[in-house]
Amino acid sequence: MAASRVIRATRGPLAGEGVVAARPTLDAHRLRADFAVFDELRNGKSLAYLDSASSTQKPGRVLDAMRAFYEHSYANVHRGVYQLAERATEGYEGAREKVRAFVNASSTREIVFTRSTTEALNLVAYAWGLDNLGPGDLVVVTELEHHSNFVPWQYIAQRQGAGFRHIPIDDHGELQLDALERIASEGRVKVVANNLVSNSLGTINPVETLAAWAHEQGAIMVVDAAQAAPHRPLDVQALGCDFLAFSSHKLCGPSGSGALWGRRELLEAMSPFNLGGEMIRSVALDRTSWNELPYKFEAGTPAIAEAVGFGVAIDYVSEVGLEAIAQHEHELTAYALGLLAELPWVETYGPPPERRAGIVSFNVEGVHPHDVAQVLDWEGVAVRAGHHCTQPLMTRLGVAATTRASFYLYSIPDDVDRLVDGLRKVRKSFS
Amino acid sequence: MSEFEQLYREVILDHYKSPRSHGLLEPCDAFAEGQNPLCGDEIAISLALDGDTVADVGFEGRGCAISQAATSMLTEMIRGRDVHGLAAMPKEELLEEVGIPLTPVRLKCALLGLGVLKVALHRAVGTPLPEEWAGLAQEPEIG
Repeated sequence: MAASRVIRATRGPLAGEGVVAARPTLDAHRLRADFAVFDELRNGKSLAYLDSASSTQKPGRVLDAMRAFYEHSYANVHRGVYQLAERATEGYEGAREKVRAFVNASSTREIVFTRSTTEALNLVAYAWGLDNLGPGDLVVVTELEHHSNFVPWQYIAQRQGAGFRHIPIDDHGELQLDALERIASEGRVKVVANNLVSNSLGTINPVETLAAWAHEQGAIMVVDAAQAAPHRPLDVQALGCDFLAFSSHKLCGPSGSGALWGRRELLEAMSPFNLGGEMIRSVALDRTSWNELPYKFEAGTPAIAEAVGFGVAIDYVSEVGLEAIAQHEHELTAYALGLLAELPWVETYGPPPERRAGIVSFNVEGVHPHDVAQVLDWEGVAVRAGHHCTQPLMTRLGVAATTRASFYLYSIPDDVDRLVDGLRKVRKSFS
Repeated sequence: MSEFEQLYREVILDHYKSPRSHGLLEPCDAFAEGQNPLCGDEIAISLALDGDTVADVGFEGRGCAISQAATSMLTEMIRGRDVHGLAAMPKEELLEEVGIPLTPVRLKCALLGLGVLKVALHRAVGTPLPEEWAGLAQEPEIG
């Protein structure tokens, strides 16, 4: 493995520089009051939670809604004729409508509830890939893909005898689109799979461009929006993709619920993924026919209260405002990159702040990220340490792991200051 | 004692910064490598055997201070010992030597080297490999 520690963050303009128009804002200090975890004090300070890219904290409103649903509206969905079951179905289907509106899909038939982004991407890889991929075909992913949009495609491609290619990244952690021509010359491109925002580097990827290219090749475009949906406005029609997956738990909702949006004609033509109850139209001893969309892809009792919580979380982040969240995180990211740039023994990775979301990956010279995270924890700063489910990217960076700080609507500049203070302690302790 | 001093005892930092038995033996009689998928710690251990006795040991790896220091300490505990005894060596014996309070996640870091040692012995001389280490011995399926 060639160690090439060349991917460095470049300093971009700070938030606000040269900007005239008013930008949407949010008050993170006020929003923190919605999250009970920040009431807990340690040495007089609340937690500096810098791991929202992994999973977000939950506002009381989401938890209250789930409890109220369980207490007053809970039954299984789509079956009972009694009123309580109707209320449960209304709650579940109401959440589906919220998901539809959130990504600007044209119909709730195109919204499939899943357990997670991972399950949604597996659904596409299996249900579309097993019927549509074969020898001579190519599946194209990227070097900075999360394993959830990498491994299913690697596996299905191999199973089907199809080729598996990746779009490399440049030294700033951005996709090298000039590789597309070479890739297209190597076979029939049938799938392009990419995350809209990289979970490790925060790179905002040119999904519209890739979708247009994919369609020129006759391929489908599959977007992992797990790191994008919580942090910026999404419009599946404007993106021009064919499938898009994201999770509740990264946008203030409960874990166990995720969503897949897919183009209706593709979903209609696909075979089912999981089979069993709910996904059938009729079952006889010798044959079964499938239910209509989206139920064809929702076998078994779903995570009902979680879907309801997902919907309320969408309300919550939408009311805060996705543009305001994006702007807030941009300012924190620029602030953090600026401070880290002053520490010569810290190496940061990824693009400049204007082309990245609220994620900062870095390493402290001579100290493993696990040890960095351990010392930061004692300072009340929660960060991620590891490969972030992106081992091919870590290989490209020439590192085993990085430490990652990530922001959300409740993150404040003080969190960044405490991170930097903590890193000075790390440096002192290990030198 | 601060939290830092409890976990990163002086002896741990010393082994981390100056690992003992560093460098793989070539040739060797037993070898294995393993990863901790949680955080990407990597350890490779090579052994020179004299009959059923460990004559020499060398390791290489990269990872957190706990994983590398614990493996370094382990290498100092096994020279001259019988391979069957080592295959059955309880993890508590190493943890006592390491001597720091470990959370479940960090426990995996501390025990990676011991697991790799057991896989190496299992492959070279057929000593039994307890179930808890079986995952380390698996070869990659695809890719």
